[in-house]
Amino acid sequence: MVPITTFHYLVVAAALFVLGVVGVLTRRNVVIVLMSIELILNAVNLNLVAFSRMWGNLHGQVFSIFVTVDAAAEAAVGLGILIAFFRNKETINVDEIDLLKW
Amino acid sequence: MLFLNHIYLIPLFPAFGAAMMFFFGRRLQKNTVNAVCVGVIVLAFVFACFTVVDYNHFAHGTGRPFYKIVYTWLGTGDGHLAFAKKDGTLAAFNVDAGFLLDPLNCIWLLFVTGVGMLIHIYSTGYMAHEGGYYRFFGYMNLFMFSMLTLILANNYMMLFVGWEGVGLCSYLLIGFYFHRHSATTAANKAFIVNRIGDAGFILGALTLVWYLGSFRFIDINAAARSGHFAIGDPVLTVAALLLFVGACGKSAQIPLYVWLPDAMEGPTPVSALIHAATMVTAGVYMVARSNAVFVLAPTAMKTVAIVGALTAVFAASIGLVQNDIKRVLAYSTVSQLGYMFLALGVGAFAAGVFHVFTHAFFKALLFLGSGSVIHALSGEQDMRNMGDLRRRIPTTYRTMLIATLAIAGVFPFAGFFSKDEILWQTWASEGGAYRILWFVGYGTALMTAFYMFRLMYLTFFSPSRMSHEVEHHVHESPKSMTVPLVILAICSIGAGWLSWPHSLGGSAHFEKFLEPVFAREAVVLAEEGKSAQLAAGEKEAEHTDKTEYLLMFLSLGAAAVGWGMARRSYMNAGKDYVEPIAAKAPPLYNVLYNKWFVDEGYDYVFTGRRKIGKIRLGAMGAGEASSWFDAKIIDGAVNDVGWVTRAVATLSTWWDKWIIDGVGVNGPAILARMLSYPARLFEWGLVQWYALVMVAGLLGFGVYYVWK
Repeated sequence: MVPITTFHYLVVAAALFVLGVVGVLTRRNVVIVLMSIELILNAVNLNLVAFSRMWGNLHGQVFSIFVTVDAAAEAAVGLGILIAFFRNKETINVDEIDLLKW
Repeated sequence: MLFLNHIYLIPLFPAFGAAMMFFFGRRLQKNTVNAVCVGVIVLAFVFACFTVVDYNHFAHGTGRPFYKIVYTWLGTGDGHLAFAKKDGTLAAFNVDAGFLLDPLNCIWLLFVTGVGMLIHIYSTGYMAHEGGYYRFFGYMNLFMFSMLTLILANNYMMLFVGWEGVGLCSYLLIGFYFHRHSATTAANKAFIVNRIGDAGFILGALTLVWYLGSFRFIDINAAARSGHFAIGDPVLTVAALLLFVGACGKSAQIPLYVWLPDAMEGPTPVSALIHAATMVTAGVYMVARSNAVFVLAPTAMKTVAIVGALTAVFAASIGLVQNDIKRVLAYSTVSQLGYMFLALGVGAFAAGVFHVFTHAFFKALLFLGSGSVIHALSGEQDMRNMGDLRRRIPTTYRTMLIATLAIAGVFPFAGFFSKDEILWQTWASEGGAYRILWFVGYGTALMTAFYMFRLMYLTFFSPSRMSHEVEHHVHESPKSMTVPLVILAICSIGAGWLSWPHSLGGSAHFEKFLEPVFAREAVVLAEEGKSAQLAAGEKEAEHTDKTEYLLMFLSLGAAAVGWGMARRSYMNAGKDYVEPIAAKAPPLYNVLYNKWFVDEGYDYVFTGRRKIGKIRLGAMGAGEASSWFDAKIIDGAVNDVGWVTRAVATLSTWWDKWIIDGVGVNGPAILARMLSYPARLFEWGLVQWYALVMVAGLLGFGVYYVWK
């Protein structure tokens, strides 16, 4: 039985991160984009917790809780913007959200 | 005192009649109209008689005025409403609905109601076949109401109410036959000319108020007699002259007399009541009422005298050649009113009032008689188509003869006493300063006799010039018309006896009665006269009764000469008779026949009816020219300035829009936009592209560091 080392954690976190990045880059639905961003954040959390365990230091774990709170806030604000936007344009397709270009 | 205390009822009687006619007249029978309208005037007359009797008990020969204020019409009554007088002190502003009775308006009260009553009775016969019967009587009653308000008022404002009221009724009654264009224009003329006078009157009254502090006659007289004001005080002179302008309008004096002859378009009883006996004497009344002010304004007095004398001779000269029977009488009225103002002007107030009194009877009689003639001839008014009527309408003839003798000044008819008194006073007053006017008045007397007997001969003597049809229908008027004629004839004989002069052994009751009203003025005038006399180096008391006898004799001579000339010229006037003036001096005849071209002159100067090409003449022409100048030159200049401003503004707008905004502001913006084009290419708006670029960058950095 191979012991689970930091390396394993990092591999899982990297996979999760790539899943998130691919989701952000390819999906057109903003809700799914937001969910993909959660994946990226959680991949980072995993790294923080893994390094915290490796160094025997709780700072990383505390920081991961901050990130979770930040993710929740970001999801709330993001969904709020999304609802407001849907009321105006009746769409949540990322391709059609291009008002800021000139 | 019962009647005196309820003096306000006198005008209210006819007001009631007028209101009845106004609201219900259309539905009433003629008999009912007669009963109401004549009834209220009879009531007013009887009431007036008792009131005057009451007044005599009240005054006991002192002539103190009876005063009754029913309520305060304008103002607060307690003096809270104040205005600043000329001298800066405050005076309470109060206008009463109040009544004043003194000997002066006792006279007016009696003859207005008396003559008014007779004319109302006469009208029931004269107007019997006319349309608008109730309307006529309603207007007549309204007139009586206004006239009685005028003469019973205790202040200038209430007098003015009556003054305007009689003007309105005059207008309504002149235009009674409103389907006739000439009648409506005559009505307008009367109203408009009177308006000019009214403006003068109201200005004069307000000047007095401003100067003396009250509208009431009593206060104004008291102030004027107080001695605070010097003889010839300029403000009082102006006020008196303005009041006289009002009198000129109402009483048809030069230059405002032009409406009265045209007013003959109204029914004949109207001419008799309004335009001969009562309304036109309102100006005389007002001047006599303001005597305290006039006496302090010798300039105004002189003006009154001169205007009066000129009007007298001027109107008489026109009357010499007119052919319309009513027009002759109209000019005669103007002329007689001139006499009255002559008397007032020379300070003989009582003589002027006396002439008003006698004139009311004989002139009303003349008009009613002429109405009877017109009635008999089925509406014919032209004396050229009359003649030989004395046997066919004998009552009319006899009564009119009496009136003619009266107006011509034949002893002992009424006109002799009043006219002679005026001429004598003109001769004697102010040490003879007015003697030149005596000659004018004397000439007028001669002309008066001539044109009146001309009228008599053309109408009642001379061979008939009537058409057969008219001649066939000639008939004496009904009793309702002849009885008033007879009563007026009796008055025309007897009215003069009330003032039988001292020089003929009489006692001049009439003037004694009026004395309290004018007593103080007589003193002032005597002082003035004396000084004038001394200045002229003449002796006092130069005039003896001998002169008076001589003047009387001369007056009678004038009447006789006029009579004789008329008799010689018209006694046998056949169908193609020739006017003696036309035969001797055709240009003069032409001028007189066309009334001295005064109406034409007024057309040139005032009314704006005359044009040269497209340019109007006279005052209205000046107005139009001024209007043209304003529209074309002044406004043109304004518009040109405006055009320049607009052009500059347009240029400035263009500059702002294209140069400032276009080059200065938009230019850099356009430049920035052009230059920024490549930068903008990176911003195509797809979030995921940005994310991809970020990831690619990250990978790039990662590869770079790992590789290195």
